[in-house]
Amino acid sequence: MKFASEFRDPLAARAVLAEIARLVERIGATRENPLHIMEICGGHTHAIFRYGLDKLVHEGVEFIHGPGCPVCVLPMTRVDECIEIAERPNVIFTTFGDAMRVPGSRGSLLQAKARGADIRMVYSPLDALELARRNPDREVVFFGLGFETTTPSTALALQQAARERLENFSVFCNHITVPEPIRALLQDPDMRLDGFVGPGHVSMVIGLEPYAFIAQEFGKPIVVAGFEPLDLLQSVLMVLRQIAEGRAEVENQYARVVPREGNPASLAAIADVYERRPSFEWRGLGEIESSGLRIRPAYAAYDAEAKFGVGYGAASRRIAEPEGCACGAVMTGRIKPTACPNYGTQCTPETPLGALMVSSEGACAAYWQYGGARALAS
Amino acid sequence: MCLGIPGQIVAITDPARLMALAEVSGVRREVNVACVMGTSLDSLVGKWVLIHVGFAMALIDEDEAARTLAALRDLGEVQEALDAMAEGQRALEERT
Ligand code: SF4
Repeated sequence: MKFASEFRDPLAARAVLAEIARLVERIGATRENPLHIMEICGGHTHAIFRYGLDKLVHEGVEFIHGPGCPVCVLPMTRVDECIEIAERPNVIFTTFGDAMRVPGSRGSLLQAKARGADIRMVYSPLDALELARRNPDREVVFFGLGFETTTPSTALALQQAARERLENFSVFCNHITVPEPIRALLQDPDMRLDGFVGPGHVSMVIGLEPYAFIAQEFGKPIVVAGFEPLDLLQSVLMVLRQIAEGRAEVENQYARVVPREGNPASLAAIADVYERRPSFEWRGLGEIESSGLRIRPAYAAYDAEAKFGVGYGAASRRIAEPEGCACGAVMTGRIKPTACPNYGTQCTPETPLGALMVSSEGACAAYWQYGGARALAS
Repeated sequence: MCLGIPGQIVAITDPARLMALAEVSGVRREVNVACVMGTSLDSLVGKWVLIHVGFAMALIDEDEAARTLAALRDLGEVQEALDAMAEGQRALEERT
């Protein structure tokens, strides 16, 4: 077996792969009846394709690519609402660049910008805050997007705005949480999931406790993983060990970065600024209970939904996904991207039809970028 | 946006707002350090942190920083982060 040079320690990788194969055989999984291991985080999806890990592991393991790319799960309606706010006179709408090309029913933010809306890509909510300071006569709106890794940064920026009494800064909050969609997938009778590779950087913020239900209520193993190829292989091995030994626990492969209790300062900022929405819509997955965050009434002055009357539930909510789009089935691992009729024809990274094609963390774009079959082993 | 990028704190710039200057793959940028503050701000200088969208979210050691940078470079995420930082700077300077 030959490995690409990016394996820092090819010998160790080989040993882990051999151990994975041994365990898969002991468990009795085969190519026809493989174990379904879901990697939740889009960063992991990208890494799996980049290093061809799906091809390197024993064929009795199948990776199911989870819903952990916040850009990919952003529903059309929310994109439309962004554009509605951005097109108000006097608004400067700020967003992470990743979100610019996500299609809504009236096109993407990029297209709205081309039509004349003042939409700017920022690296950080701090940039949006600085824009508000420099432009006191304009309304600066920050598009708060992402899982628990970016959730605290938006909260801290909002708290800073409140301290400075900046009246022209607000947040359009679309922050979502990791555990709830996993619960929804586990409750779906059509899904078969045998174990999880947990997100590393999300867990650095929330710690391990929020995953306890996966092991305790559903009896499935989960291992929080780092981003190096060896981290991912080791985590798969740890999941398999649990399965082979009949255990279901929350384990931490990435303890060098992820503390068991998470990051207290981040968690305090999150608790201060947000409360849970009763439910939130996910592209391809539908409404999921308690899966989204909104800004607490105490900070209503900084809540773009309150400020511009563009609230969740204000518009007629459900807008159909594009014709023939299989994003939902891909996202839940029911089909591979190549089985979507639009893949590579109507839908490419240049002209994405579905959101899974927009970001390198989306399964379709990752498939496209790495040809779906990058063989590192020979 | 979802993966943090390692940077080294080189100076404290604004103690009141908990802001510091970090060097990320040769580029310097101000970051907020509220989430990694130990006993004193000054003790952060020289330390490596994992930075998410302008906020230092975890203290890491130098070896972990090097490994993470290598992995992110393979994924094209380092360039993406540096481009996003430059884009953010341009957004600030754009005339309205
Ligand atoms: S190819 Fe495009 S339309 Fe089809 S599932 Fe992927 S993102 Fe959705």
